[in-house]
Order: sequence, then C-alpha cells, then structure tokens
Amino acid sequence: MSTHSVTAANPAAVLHHFDTAEQQRDAATLGMWLFLITEVMFFGGFFTAYICYRHYYYDAFVAASHTLNIPLGAFNTAVLICSSLTMAMAVHSAQLGQRKKIVTYLLLTMLLGATFLGVKTIEYADKFEHHHVPGPNFSFPGVENAQLFFSLYFGMTGLHAAHMVVGIGVMIPLLLAAMKGKYTSDYYTPVENFGLYWHFVDIIWIFLFPLLYLLGGHLTPGGGAQH
Amino acid sequence: MSTVSSTIPEAKPNYLTSDFSIKSWLLTTDHKRIGILYLISISLMFLLGGILAGLIRLELLTPNGDVFQPENYNKIFTMHGVVMIFFFLIPSIPATLGNFLIPLMIGARDLAFPRINLLSWYIYLVGGILTLSAMALGGVDTGWTFYTPYSSTYSNTYVMLTALGVFVSGFSSILTGLNFIVTIHRMRAPGLTWFRLPLFVWAHYATSLIMILATPVVAVTILLVALERGLRIGFFDPALGGDPVLFQHLFWFYSHPAVYIMILPGMGVQSELIAAMSRKKIFGYEVVAISSVAIAVIGFLVWGHHMFVASQSWYAGLVFSFLSFLVAVPSAIKVFNWTATLFRGSNAFLTPMLYAYGFIGLFTVGGLTGLFLSSMGLDVHMHDTYFVVAHFHYVMVGGAIMAFLGGLHFWWPKMTGRMYYEPLARLSAVLVFIGFNLTFFPQFILGYLGMPRRYHAYPEEFQVLNVLSTAGATVLAIGYLFPATYLIYSLFKGEKAPANPWNAKGLEWEQAPSPPPTFNFDHTPEVHEPAYAYAPEKEKEVVHA
Amino acid sequence: MSAPNGSGETHHIVPVKAYLGVFAFLMAMTVLTVVVSWVDLGIFNTLVAMLIAVAKAVAVVMIFMHVRWANKLARLFVAGGFFWLLLLFVLVMMDYFQRAKLGY
Repeated sequence: MSTHSVTAANPAAVLHHFDTAEQQRDAATLGMWLFLITEVMFFGGFFTAYICYRHYYYDAFVAASHTLNIPLGAFNTAVLICSSLTMAMAVHSAQLGQRKKIVTYLLLTMLLGATFLGVKTIEYADKFEHHHVPGPNFSFPGVENAQLFFSLYFGMTGLHAAHMVVGIGVMIPLLLAAMKGKYTSDYYTPVENFGLYWHFVDIIWIFLFPLLYLLGGHLTPGGGAQH
Repeated sequence: MSTVSSTIPEAKPNYLTSDFSIKSWLLTTDHKRIGILYLISISLMFLLGGILAGLIRLELLTPNGDVFQPENYNKIFTMHGVVMIFFFLIPSIPATLGNFLIPLMIGARDLAFPRINLLSWYIYLVGGILTLSAMALGGVDTGWTFYTPYSSTYSNTYVMLTALGVFVSGFSSILTGLNFIVTIHRMRAPGLTWFRLPLFVWAHYATSLIMILATPVVAVTILLVALERGLRIGFFDPALGGDPVLFQHLFWFYSHPAVYIMILPGMGVQSELIAAMSRKKIFGYEVVAISSVAIAVIGFLVWGHHMFVASQSWYAGLVFSFLSFLVAVPSAIKVFNWTATLFRGSNAFLTPMLYAYGFIGLFTVGGLTGLFLSSMGLDVHMHDTYFVVAHFHYVMVGGAIMAFLGGLHFWWPKMTGRMYYEPLARLSAVLVFIGFNLTFFPQFILGYLGMPRRYHAYPEEFQVLNVLSTAGATVLAIGYLFPATYLIYSLFKGEKAPANPWNAKGLEWEQAPSPPPTFNFDHTPEVHEPAYAYAPEKEKEVVHA
Repeated sequence: MSAPNGSGETHHIVPVKAYLGVFAFLMAMTVLTVVVSWVDLGIFNTLVAMLIAVAKAVAVVMIFMHVRWANKLARLFVAGGFFWLLLLFVLVMMDYFQRAKLGY
C-alpha cells in the first residue's frame, strides 16, 4: 500500500504514517524515554519498600548488609560502568556508520554484561549456602527482621539481573543486524534506543550498590549508632 | 476489492471493506480496526462482569446468605471487581474510542506506533485469558484490592494466576498511553496547536500520563505479592517485621490514579457530546483542558484517603484529606463549564445528549459523595460500607459507562457508516438512567445505615433497600442489553450514515467519510480555526422568534 | 516545515573524550563512595552516598544518554519521571516517618 515500505533492504524507510525520517526517529526516541519512565516507577516501588523498612530496622539492615561481599559488588559496579562506556561507543560507532566497531562494542557490552551476571551467580550461591535466602530455610541468628533485608536484596538485584538478561538477549538481534551492515549514519535508531535501556539498567545498579552493600560501612556488625 | 454495494457510484474502500480476511484483522496495524477489536473484547468482558454483578444482586435479595457459600460469594465480588476494573473500565474508552479517534481528530494517518498498538491488544488478550482461567479453575476471593497478608499468605485461591493476568494487562495499558503521548506531541496536523485540540484529545493525553506513571507501580506491587506468595520472599508478612499497610500504599498509589484513568476519557467524551449537541464551543475551553491535566496530577497525591482507618499516621491522613478536597475542584470546574455550555445552546434531544445529561447529574452525585468520604471523620463511619460502593458506582457507572455509551452512539455512524434506531436508543438511555439510580441510590442509604460491603448476609431491616437495588439492577441490565442488540442490528440493516450526521465540528467529521478509509485522509488537513468553531448565536435567534 | 511537531534535534555526535571523561568520573565516584562509607559521618553517610549516586546518574543521563543535547520534550520527560519517583518516595515516607514518631 505504501511507497515507503520498510524492507530488509531498506530498514531506514519512513513508515507511512510519518512525514519525515526526523519525525519518525524523534517519535521512537520519545517512546523509548516514556518506556524508561515506566521502568523508573517500576523499580521505584521496590526502592520505596527499601526506604521504609530501612528506616524501621536500621540495625538489622546493617548487620545483614555486612554479609554482602563489597569487593565483588564494587567489581560488578566497575564492570557495569565499563559496559556503559562500550555501549556508548557502540552508539557512537553507529552514528559514524562504522560497521566493525559497532559489532566489537556490542560484543564487549554483552561480554561485560555476562561477567556481571556471572559474579552475581557466585554471590547468590554464597548466600544460598549461608541460609540467607528468604523462605523456610532462612537463618540469621541473633538479628530479628534481617530477612526483610534479604527479601529486598534478592528482589531488587534479581529484578535488575532479569533486566540485564533481557538486555543481553535483545543485543543478539542487534548484533546480527549490525554484522549485516544495517546500521548507517542515517539509521541507527535501534542501537541508540537500546543504549538508553542499557544505561538505565546501569543507573539502577548505581543506586543499588551503595544502598545494599555499603550500609553501615563504618560500623562493626551488630553494633553502632542508630539514625 | 470491495463488494459492498453503495448509493455512491465511485465507492472507495473504507477501513472495513478494504480487506475481509481474518488475517487482515488479526494482523492489522490500522488504529481503527484495533479500536474495533478492543470494542469486541471489552464488551465481552463487560458482559461477564455484568453477569457477576447479577449474581451479587441475586444473593442480596434476601438477608441470609442462602444462594452462595461465603467463600463463593467472596469469589464473585472479587471477580466482578477485577473484570470490570482491569478488563473493562481501564481500557474501555481509551482503547476503543481513543484508538479510533485520536489520529482522526489530529489529522494523522495513524498512531505513532501502530505495531505496538496491535501488540497492546494481544497483551490484553493474554491477560484476559490468564484471569479467566483463574476464574474457571475456581476463582480468587481476596477482593479486587488483593490486600495482604490474606492475598500473600492465607488465601487458598488462584491469587497468582489472577495477579499474573492483571500484571500482563497493565502492560497493555502502558503501551496505549505511551502511544497516545508520542502521537499527540508529534503528529498533529499543521496549524493544530495544543489549544485548538478537541477536549477529547486533552483528556486522553492526561489519561495517558497516568497510565505511564502509575501502572508500573501496581505491576511491581503485584510482583512483590507474587514473590511473597510463590517464593516465600516476604515483604508484607508481619511475622518477618513486614508491614501489610506498605502493600496498601503501593497498591493505592496506582489504584487511585486508576480511577482517573477511568473517568477522564469519559469527561473528554462528555465535552465532545455537549459541544456537538448544543452546537456551541465549550465554555472556558482552556480551563477545561488544563483541568484534565490538573486532575491527573493532583490525582496522584490523594491515595491515602483509602487508608484512613488502616493505621496510617493521622498527620498523613490530614494531608491526604486536604488534597482529596483539592482534586474535586478541577472536576467541578468541568461540570460548571459543561452546564454553562448548555445555556442557550441548541441542545438537541438526541441519544448522545441524553447520556451527556445523565453524566452531568450522576457524576456530580458521585463526585460530591467522594467529598463526604474524603472527610476523615465521616470516613471512619462509612469506610467499607455500601456508601463507598454507591459512591464509586455513581462515578464509574453513572459517569464513565454513561459517557462510554454516549460516545459509542455519537461516533457509531463514523465508525460503522450506519445509523442506529434512534427511538429505541433514546428509550434505552432512559432505562439506563432509571435502572442505575434505582440500583445505586438505595446503597447510599444502606451505607449510611451501616451495611458493610463484601458481606453476603445482612440484618433484616436492610432488605427493602436491597430489593429495590436488585430491581434496579434488572432494569439496568435491560437498558444495557438493548444497545447491544440494536447496535449490532444496525451493522446489517441500519440506515447508511452520511459523513457528518450531527453536523459537528472536528476533523473526524469534516474531513473523513463515514467510515473513513484506511489511511484516514487523502491529504493532511490544515487547521485554521479553534476547536468547536460553531456558527455564532445570532443565527439561532431566527428559530426562537 | 510549518508542522508544529518539529523536534529541533540535531544529530549531535558526542566526542569520545566526553565519554572517557564520564567513565573516569564514574570510576572515581565508585571508589569514593566505598571509601566514604568507611568513615563515620553519622546521619550524613546516607546523604553523601546518595549524592554521589545521583551525581553518577546525572553524568550517565546527560552524557551517555545524550540528554544534554536532547530536545525540550525528552528533557521534560526525564525530569518529570524522576520527579514522580520522588513524589512516590516522599508521600509514602510521610506516613512511615510520622508513624515512627507517633510510636506505632
């Protein structure tokens, strides 16, 4: 029907309901931002629960937080920051139409993402061994209400990890398209908008790390000031 | 090509006749067809919700709980609420009329993301199937509000499946809102500035803001309940130090703005009906437009009024109470402005107008009784009584559903190219109005007298009012069944509609035939006049002379 | 074009140096946040940690996510989204913090 049909040969074509490529691209980016806003509110519910319970049970949260591995958490933070850089570079390469570099940077981003998830698996396994997984086998002697911290830890990092898995999964078709040379300086919208998603997932971790890992870093476990 | 016969010699295919195959419907990206797909789906859900309501009213005919076991009664009112709210009211006007009309009203060829539009319908279907499966397997009895710890720990019913269905359907809502916002920002025709937009578009814009900002919070809340119930990862369990009221905060953060998702589109329809039927521009157009956004914004700040007696701190209660009074102001402004528009308008006595009149009266009653409930002192007595039930049915049914029916009738010629049978339509509108009031007004009195909600048995002295209510429900049901029949009948035997049967202003009436072609306009319209630019008053004085 | 829908966005290509600068900033801030957590600042520990996190997030949003060069509407969406999140936090906290004060 339309003379502007998107085909395999012409992914950059303007769809029939848009007037210009500019309008189409702008609409796609705005749509992506709106989706990210929904993600902000989605995680927001978890952060709200965290704020309330931390306020009520600060000492228990400190004690529980001390069982998390800060070096691993910090390493993972660094890994994600690197992946954000490689993702930004992938978008940059796409803007310049540099096919090989897009592929390289996307691959690096995926690799770093997978590294993050690998470390998380190690951390979760450790928690499982120590009976810190909430549920019938939970055990944290001497501290009441510690389980709430771990519910939030697993819930929030789990949700975050799920978003990373989805992100890595979406990068596969992006990678394949990039290898086929589909992204040029005229059309790189999928890479750009996926980049927004990836950076968002990084931002979530930027907040999760201090809130979960660095609680009461100056205090000894079980003791310390209430505030 | 098309085989439809027509009195117009050079009949071009319209969006209905361009392709009759099932595949062309199930894989359509045409916003108009998607609107029709939604119309069919939500109507079926409304029928289901209505049957459940009928069962409730059947039980409440007698003071004893003699029709259903208590557990089953709990399941019935829960499913009535879940189906009506999440699967009927939330999508109703936006996904049907909104989808159909917004591109037409702004001079666009489609919404910004047509494929996402289709996806949103399929997501709605998946959510619906999940929830219906839960019903078929035995239902859920927590109340549509899913309060913890009953829903997360103690209930033995299909909470997870129902919750999953609601969770999934939330994404349908989010995608619709996302589509509308980008479309309205970026795809308006040349000359169509914000303050020339039809108020229907403003209302849907405000609604979409709520969909984007609120729905994710209920999604994560449902996730939290699922984690607690399924994996025993506790968030609300008091035994772990958790707080059940936290669930209520997170739940109502969405569910209060959700009621504005349900009413704002109706207000948008209302503005269109009144302008067209009285042939006047809406009095105070800019103020009504801004009020829509004001309702959306302030509506986020009032949710604590559902929790006055839930051990929320009373300082917080005070703040929420005050803000709840505030949110009534923009709604009241709209009601005053609609009324002012009617003054010296030509006020046709047609079916859409009857629904519009009904809306003004019933929404006003519903809104005012909301104020009673916003006063903490009164709410202490009336919370969880039939007063609340009556209040929200006045706004949801007397308001939103009347607006939906009014809009459906008003735009039916545009959507289908057919006129419905007016005398029967007018009768139905009157039946709906009478049936509605007979059903729900007694419930205000019952609530005031202390009858609790969600109970299937009650003291004998309440029986008369309950019988009246059930009688009203029967009349209301008939009132709803009539449109279902004559509207469907009109598809086959209705008189062919002209492009603009109401002589209304608006791009959908003036620049597109009935029904429109697939791509809406041959040439992008240009807009040079304000909304509702009807001919001035003096032309009508001749008629009055 | 007289269409009222112009985005006004240019195809701004961010120099790689800017990305590397933000990368270094993020790494430095990560180290800082760990180190500061070892120092007892009383109630300010949380505030400092959150300020650092916000600074990192702003850097990512502005530079990596190109918001610094984005059109007005995108920036409005971003600001609005975070503002709404704050609304959620503040109003729920209003209840919890007051309940703690009232003793229940």
